[in-house]
Amino acid sequence: MPVFPLIAAAAAPAESLFSLGVADLVIIAAYFAMVLAIGLYLKGQTQTGEDFFMAGREMTAWIAGLSFLSANLGSLELMGWAAASYQYGLLAVHWYWIGAIPAMLFLGIVMMPFYYISKTHSVPGYLQLRFGEPSRALAAISFAFMTVLMSGINMYSMALVMKVVLGWDINFSIWVSSLTVAAYVALGGLKSAIFNEVLQFVLIWAGALLIPILGLYEAGGWAGLQARIAEQLGRTDFTHAWSTLGGFQDNPMGVHWTGIVFGLGWVISFGYWTTDFLVVQRVLAAKDLRAAKMAPIIGAAFKMMVPFIVIVPGLLGLALLPDKLVGEAEAVATGGHSYNEVLPLMLARYCGPGLLGLGITALIAGFMAGMAGNVSAFATVWTYDLYRAFIKPDADDAHYVAMGRWCTILGVMASIGTAYLVMEFQSIMDYVQALFSFFIAPLFGTVILGMLWKRATSAGGFWGLLIGTLSSIAMWAWVKLDPSALQYVALSPHAKDMAENLYRGLWSWIICVVVTVAVSLCTRPKPDSELVGLVYGCTSIPSEQDVALWRRPIFWAYAVAIVFVALNLYFW
Amino acid sequence: MKSKPEAVSIWFFVGVLLAFYGVVITGEGLYHLAVPPERPVVLAWLHADLWWGALLLAAGLFYCYHFAPRKVDRSAENDGA
Repeated sequence: MPVFPLIAAAAAPAESLFSLGVADLVIIAAYFAMVLAIGLYLKGQTQTGEDFFMAGREMTAWIAGLSFLSANLGSLELMGWAAASYQYGLLAVHWYWIGAIPAMLFLGIVMMPFYYISKTHSVPGYLQLRFGEPSRALAAISFAFMTVLMSGINMYSMALVMKVVLGWDINFSIWVSSLTVAAYVALGGLKSAIFNEVLQFVLIWAGALLIPILGLYEAGGWAGLQARIAEQLGRTDFTHAWSTLGGFQDNPMGVHWTGIVFGLGWVISFGYWTTDFLVVQRVLAAKDLRAAKMAPIIGAAFKMMVPFIVIVPGLLGLALLPDKLVGEAEAVATGGHSYNEVLPLMLARYCGPGLLGLGITALIAGFMAGMAGNVSAFATVWTYDLYRAFIKPDADDAHYVAMGRWCTILGVMASIGTAYLVMEFQSIMDYVQALFSFFIAPLFGTVILGMLWKRATSAGGFWGLLIGTLSSIAMWAWVKLDPSALQYVALSPHAKDMAENLYRGLWSWIICVVVTVAVSLCTRPKPDSELVGLVYGCTSIPSEQDVALWRRPIFWAYAVAIVFVALNLYFW
Repeated sequence: MKSKPEAVSIWFFVGVLLAFYGVVITGEGLYHLAVPPERPVVLAWLHADLWWGALLLAAGLFYCYHFAPRKVDRSAENDGA
């Protein structure tokens, strides 16, 4: 991914893009003061485990939906995909549209009733109810491991941006931001994380929206932007989403439409948005089933608009910046600017004192939202699915709340350790992305079969998940050891890293499903009475016949789907 | 008749912060009208800080007013209202 080289910039000299004025610093300080104030205020309302880990299950659809989306808007999203759009053009938009919208709608309409009615505290918790303890343990351990690692990467990316953009000391940035997140999540638990994520969502838009507005004005609208990019690059494929996906060699990303549709649009996207507890936890905090179903649909509507503040600025950089941006290694060697700096560079182009502080606050808010999401999800999975399940099952509720608070702090400390580890291993982001595809793709196979196929058995679920995960690791190692294996894993020797991740995820999902089905057919299924509330066909889902059409989640899901199709056709 | 404070809505916190930012950014914009910066940004003549700051201030004030914590009448609660 284009954000990987961010790591290399750690070795770069600390030259700042901006110098902040008093107004900018006041704006940034006010943001930190506000998030801490929210944490302190919510501490008084957080007494029980249900309050701390599930935000009391009292969130409205809007708050749960915005938090659901905001937890995903981390450091890699804002900076990384702006850089990707500079490097690959409009192809990057697939990670926002086909790589998110269908999965979010599916979560809301099809899967949410099972998560919500089962009253599970987590996705591994659902696996325990459906497939038993071994599946839960496997999913919980891999999730905890992945979450801490991702949190550290997010933290390091943020500190690096503070260093590159503002010239701040990297240690200062890491400790100030992480201790702030630790404080407000430990004080108010998930409710504090959700409140701050909604605040961060608003600030991200308030701080970043000016770039595309002013940029498109300067470029002469979308048509002007297309013309300028075509003039700069001598090619027109950078502003099309689908027309260049006929072959691996026809587009700068080295990917084929089958990889985008099946690898990204089906496996990776559905795996992330429907089974990664980091995002699902926000929806589980909804106050009732209707709010839980609406939250991902509201999230999907806003997710479709995020490219406006992430992808468009990257394209504007391509069209308007006087200097050509280069890869990180070349930027470090030559003292130039890299792709990764395109968003801050565009910010500096249009925003003077005051607005600059707001833009920087938007970046910080994005980083902190992503990190808070990781830390609060980690605290829940550790406390409920590992500590209570396997270490201390008989403690009282207050003990688990205290464990959740300590775990939040320990999770942040572990993330800080990971952040420093990343500095030592410049290629670790490659491995983190690989880890993501190892665990998410097969987990989706296990969860979707568990929810929709009542014949799936405990043994089938466990062995499918385990072998799916191991096969993904094996494919990754195969290509590392023998690069010619790429033609088998990714179906083409011309596939690039991004395409390889997509096809590996697809294969591991297929293997997981085949193993789950085969083992299930050879083992004894649970009786239907034990699957009530967990599986389609055994669960009665409340009817919405009496609800006005415009209040039904399915109505809004169709509305979002129509806009989604129209956007893809327009930008074909 | 007793009353207790309602839980503060997240939108009230959002309103407070947006209003504060609106004041700071609009103030900075007004200052730059009087004292233009030495190195103006691209499209500086559009005075984005003025109108964007005013927009943030208006949105912040609306949210502060609309979601301000109010007293809940306890006796009405007891009546099941």
